[in-house]
This record gives sequence, C-alpha cells and structure tokens, in this order.
Amino acid sequence: MSLHPEVNKKDHIKGDSSANLEIVEFGDFQCGHCGAAHPVVEKIIKQFGNQVTFVFRNFPLSEMHENARGAAKAAEAAAIQGKYWEMHNSIFENQENLQSNDFIAHAEKLGLDIDKFKNDMELTSIAEKIDTDFESGIRSGVNGTPSFFVNGNKFDGDAANLLAVIEGSVA
Amino acid sequence: MLQKNDTAPNFTLYATPDKEISLADMKGKNVILAFYPADWSPVCSDQMALYNETLKYFEKHDAEIFGISVDSKWCHQAFTESRNLHFNLLADFEPKGAISKAYGAYDEKEGQSKRALFVINKEGVIEWSFVSPNEENPGADGILEALENMNK
Repeated sequence: MSLHPEVNKKDHIKGDSSANLEIVEFGDFQCGHCGAAHPVVEKIIKQFGNQVTFVFRNFPLSEMHENARGAAKAAEAAAIQGKYWEMHNSIFENQENLQSNDFIAHAEKLGLDIDKFKNDMELTSIAEKIDTDFESGIRSGVNGTPSFFVNGNKFDGDAANLLAVIEGSVA
Repeated sequence: MLQKNDTAPNFTLYATPDKEISLADMKGKNVILAFYPADWSPVCSDQMALYNETLKYFEKHDAEIFGISVDSKWCHQAFTESRNLHFNLLADFEPKGAISKAYGAYDEKEGQSKRALFVINKEGVIEWSFVSPNEENPGADGILEALENMNK
C-alpha cells in the first residue's frame, strides 16, 4: 500500500525536508494509541531529526472520538499563525483535555492572537484540509490510527517498531 | 468464496431486534457486504468504526454498506450504540453462519465469519470480492476502487 498523494507543500513537515527517510503519520488527537505514539515519534525526531522528514496528516475518527475533529481544527488554526507543531504537541501532551476552552488555553500559552485563532478554527479551508487528509488516508489504505508510511510505503508496525527500524537502518 | 460475476445469494437477516433486511430489497442500489469475525474488536483499528467514517464516500457511488457477523441482533444493537454506527449490522445468527457459508466466507474452525468484502452491483451481481486475514482490517480503499471501476 502506498501513500496518495505524496508529501506536498500543504503538509506539516518537521525535520529535514531533504532527508532520506520520510515518515508520514495518519493520526487522531483523541486516539489513545496516537497519544502513546507521540513521545516515541518525538524521540525519533529528536534523535534522527537531521535524517528524517516527519509529516502528520489528520485521520480523525469523528464518530467514535467526538473531540478529534475539534482538536485537528485547533492544530490547523495554530498553523496559520506559524505554531502548528507547538499546538500539535500541546494537544497530545494534554490528551485528556480536548474541549475548545482547552485549545484556547494552549493558544494563549503559545502567544497566539486568540480572536484570530477562534475564527480560523471555523474556516472552510481548514475543514477541507482535514477532509483531504482523511481521504488521502483512506486512499492509501489506512485502516486505523496511528498508521505510518515510510518513504511512501505503509509500515506494518507501531511507533516503537518504527524507532527500532530507524535505529537499525541509520546506525 | 464467491467471485466477480457470481450472482449474490439473497438473504433476509435481522438488522435490529425488530427490523429485517433483504438483499432483494436493495435492487437498484450498489451494496457492500463486509463480513467480519465479531463485534467488540479493539477500538482504534476497528473495521466497522472505519466504515462509519467513510459512509459519505460510499454514498457518492450510490452504495449502501452492511456489516455481517454471527453475533446476535442484541449484540449488534449494543455494539452499534457503543460505537455510534450509522449503518446496519446484520445478524447471521440463525441458522448460524448460513449466509456467510453461502458466500464462502465462513471459518468453520472458529465458528465465525471470515473478514471478507463483497461489492454487489445494482442487478445483484458481485463485482468484487476480497478476503483478508482475521486480524487484519482491510480498510476501505479496495471497496472504493471497486466502486469506481464499476462506473467506468
């Protein structure tokens, strides 16, 4: 199973975009397994940041996780003010608090323009970005979260397996 | 297992404790049958939960999806409520697994349906079928591709 579409400029990219190893995660901010994967992914980026490109695409299971889409909107709204990853981290690090006032509290801590943040959360373009991410997951064979793709191919394993493979391949 | 161009065997199964659904009533609509081993599999990678999120993509192709397992209508009802599912789960319960067997999607050893997918066209003919290992959620991409290919 391969990634459709490929990583592009609409994606949130962390690490070195010219790196040999490209990791794409499809995740849901309310999914416990994604929350558990988060520190492992952070470890990968921290240890191998100059050799890894990391991309996060939204795959909110909105019917099961009622706050997942709201959280994705908050992260995308923060992106407009240049703080995507900061919000992404704040949400995953406080996964038990996913109400809109929690997102606003994160935004305040990050020094965002709060009125703008609140308005941006409701933008059609953000709703479309989340839908596009979700659809790309479906097209790419994502069957649950988190799902990882390494260099465009679906990775059969969790974040810990991924870390082990990367440690092996770049060691 | 039944394949492309086979006629889809008809069935009448309980969807809820007081509602039965027949394949014959679906003529004129594309139908997706997702046989699966059991309700209550692990949450974040659950196949039915995934399809619950992809209904609008199926609807674009005028397709309705049904999950089918040997769980009873009462079990399906509880599972549906718990996962907030917006499509019907059919109970292949009595005689146990009869419809799964008719489609060649029954695991005799485990006594449950295999994880098998069928896309059936508006005339009741199978356009695509696929079986995946019990523990592997096949996702929705194969279904969507089959629906797209039908309309070409």
